[in-house]
Amino acid sequence: MRRLIAVLIENEAGALSRVVGLFAQRNYNIESLSVAPTEDPTLSRLTLCTSGDDSKIEQITKHLNRLIEVIRVVDLTDGEHVEREMMLLKVRAEGVMRAEVKRTCDIFRGQIVDVAESLYTVLLTGTSGKLDNFIRALPKTAIVEVVRSGVSGIGRNEKILGL
Amino acid sequence: MSEQTEHLSGGDMLIRALQDAGVEYIFGYPGGAALHIYDAIFRQQRVEHILVRHEQAATHMADGYARATGKPGVVLVTSGPGATNAVTGIATAYMDSIPMVVISGQVANEFIGTDAFQETDMVGVSRPVVKHSYLVKEASEIPRIVAEAFYIASTGRPGPVVIDVPKDTTDPAQLFPYEFPDSVTLRSYNPTTRGHGGQIRKAATALLEAERPVIYTGGGLVQGNAGSTLTSIADMLGHPVTSTLMGLGAYPGSKPHFLGMLGMHGTYEANMAMHHADLIFAVGARFDDRVTNDPAQFSPDAKIVHIDIDPASISKIVRADIPIVGPVDSVLPELKRIVNAEMARDPSRPDRVALAEWWERIARWRAEHGLDHDQRHRNGAAGSLLPQQVVQAVYRATGGDAYVSSDVGQHQMFAAQYYHFDQPRRWINSGGLGTMGFGLPAAMGVQFAHPDAVVACITGEGSFMMNMQELSTCMQYALPIKIINLNNKALGMVKQWQDMQYGGRHSHSTYRDALPDFVHLVESFGHVGYRVHDLGELDAVMADVFGEKHKGDLVFVDAHIDPDEHVYPMAIRGGAMKDMILDRAV
Repeated sequence: MRRLIAVLIENEAGALSRVVGLFAQRNYNIESLSVAPTEDPTLSRLTLCTSGDDSKIEQITKHLNRLIEVIRVVDLTDGEHVEREMMLLKVRAEGVMRAEVKRTCDIFRGQIVDVAESLYTVLLTGTSGKLDNFIRALPKTAIVEVVRSGVSGIGRNEKILGL
Repeated sequence: MSEQTEHLSGGDMLIRALQDAGVEYIFGYPGGAALHIYDAIFRQQRVEHILVRHEQAATHMADGYARATGKPGVVLVTSGPGATNAVTGIATAYMDSIPMVVISGQVANEFIGTDAFQETDMVGVSRPVVKHSYLVKEASEIPRIVAEAFYIASTGRPGPVVIDVPKDTTDPAQLFPYEFPDSVTLRSYNPTTRGHGGQIRKAATALLEAERPVIYTGGGLVQGNAGSTLTSIADMLGHPVTSTLMGLGAYPGSKPHFLGMLGMHGTYEANMAMHHADLIFAVGARFDDRVTNDPAQFSPDAKIVHIDIDPASISKIVRADIPIVGPVDSVLPELKRIVNAEMARDPSRPDRVALAEWWERIARWRAEHGLDHDQRHRNGAAGSLLPQQVVQAVYRATGGDAYVSSDVGQHQMFAAQYYHFDQPRRWINSGGLGTMGFGLPAAMGVQFAHPDAVVACITGEGSFMMNMQELSTCMQYALPIKIINLNNKALGMVKQWQDMQYGGRHSHSTYRDALPDFVHLVESFGHVGYRVHDLGELDAVMADVFGEKHKGDLVFVDAHIDPDEHVYPMAIRGGAMKDMILDRAV
């Protein structure tokens, strides 16, 4: 089962390598990982997308908590949450495809952020599923380059993940 | 900062911080990147540096020191090969949750990442086997980092911490104000200090209601210094106690309620009791695969109560019905108070009749196949001893009161089975990682910690040869360790598995013609050697070895044992705990 785990961690050199190393050492799976400093520059916030049964996820959260630099760990999929991913794509836009890509892009509320002679660069945000659907909606041969940010997530309502 | 604030170089701050952390000994080996630190050691007297002959041995000495005292062991090595040689010892300490601080020299910050001479990414190399690690960026951080390292190594679930120290941060020409922090607080690290009261109450009820209980203790009980509290709870309730390899001694091994070690080479009665129990009370144990055998078939009828300081150890292999996260030295006293009060309130609990029946069953198992009654106590092949006889002779000669280290293999299991430890921190062995070469240096660390104690190293010739260069260190520091070498001219445990699972094909487990004359070998280091292969002279030799005659000597006993002896009982792979091979005939 797919799980989204949020981790608050000291923003220190080597801290991220401990998280990634843990997943490799214990044979846990990382589907995506997004990380950046928070409004407090001493803290970083990670969102990890992984999968496993309940006992595996329990072990993952426990082992993350065991890392000295980890401050908080929350399984966002335990409760209501908002999750988004960002994607940038280079898509062939020549001939009839130039208008077709634009239309598909509008349907998905994407933005064309760069225009070249034969290519559009499209920016799209949404759930991972929406991004997948966008890719499926375009002809395979039209897509030349894809970069996805990995999922970022946050709990709904009054729940706060902070110090 | 007061006017008296001293200004010290990074190297001097490092050593001063070790002094302020209460360090007695550093086990180490110098080299280029560590030379500023070594100069700082030279110019002081408070911390004694022990020069080893190989960095792996330094880590095992620090580990032995830590196991015997509960205080973190300290290691100092240089960069590159010095650091990588230390990794096996760090991993050994990590697997057994031993507090240790390892300081490694590193090339100067400006050279990091350039493939400089003797450069290794020590923080990276050691990352999977440390509790935490530091790379010093600025000399001024050194006192804080040292204080944090000792705090992290010795609190919560203990473990090794690495401090990698680039050479520029120890430059003697650069001085910094020195202040050692009075206390350490880390917002991201707050180990649990108390167990959950409601859970402890539930555990007390479960213990009082059990009809077929087994208390299963592990290394956490030793580390947490709560053996005596557990012993009084067990005795109050009249429950049987078994222990993992790591927990031996926390509950006295010579008490009749002790079932012996459990697991792959555990006693028949301990494993049978575990399988048939209705309650398993696990204390600081982690349901290791060498204990449980197939977890799916583990103790089918038992309710599991599990106390551990590390939440990640709970429900990792076997799901706990009543998990309690907390240190045993606070959880057990609270549990004891509740059990006491409940027994006073309701004298019908525990159910003495049910427990008596349970004890009868255990007594039958013990009588049928217990170690003392076993048919295997025949004599060894002509001209050799049985390894069990040698361990029993050591037990008699030391009155059961020695510190005993071991290496890894058959001799380790024989020592664990036949030397009955009545106190914690007396049995010093590498349980988790299973590191051959551990025994001698670990015994040396113990002897430094307790100079007047009797320290024996029960080993085998294979393990001994992995760190025998330390005989030279023993010579330098006059360490009177007694080494009992169970010499079967083979890698006994490997050979046993080959006998049992590979049709007796002894692939590279013997070296019959290529062993040294151990007596002459140790004599060349100025030590004393004995050779024994006759049961008739065994006790006399041990009396000499452990008597006044050799009080100040390192003595090596080369005991020639039956090369065909196997360790039994042995768990049948893929079975339940009750499934054991009891002797060779089966």
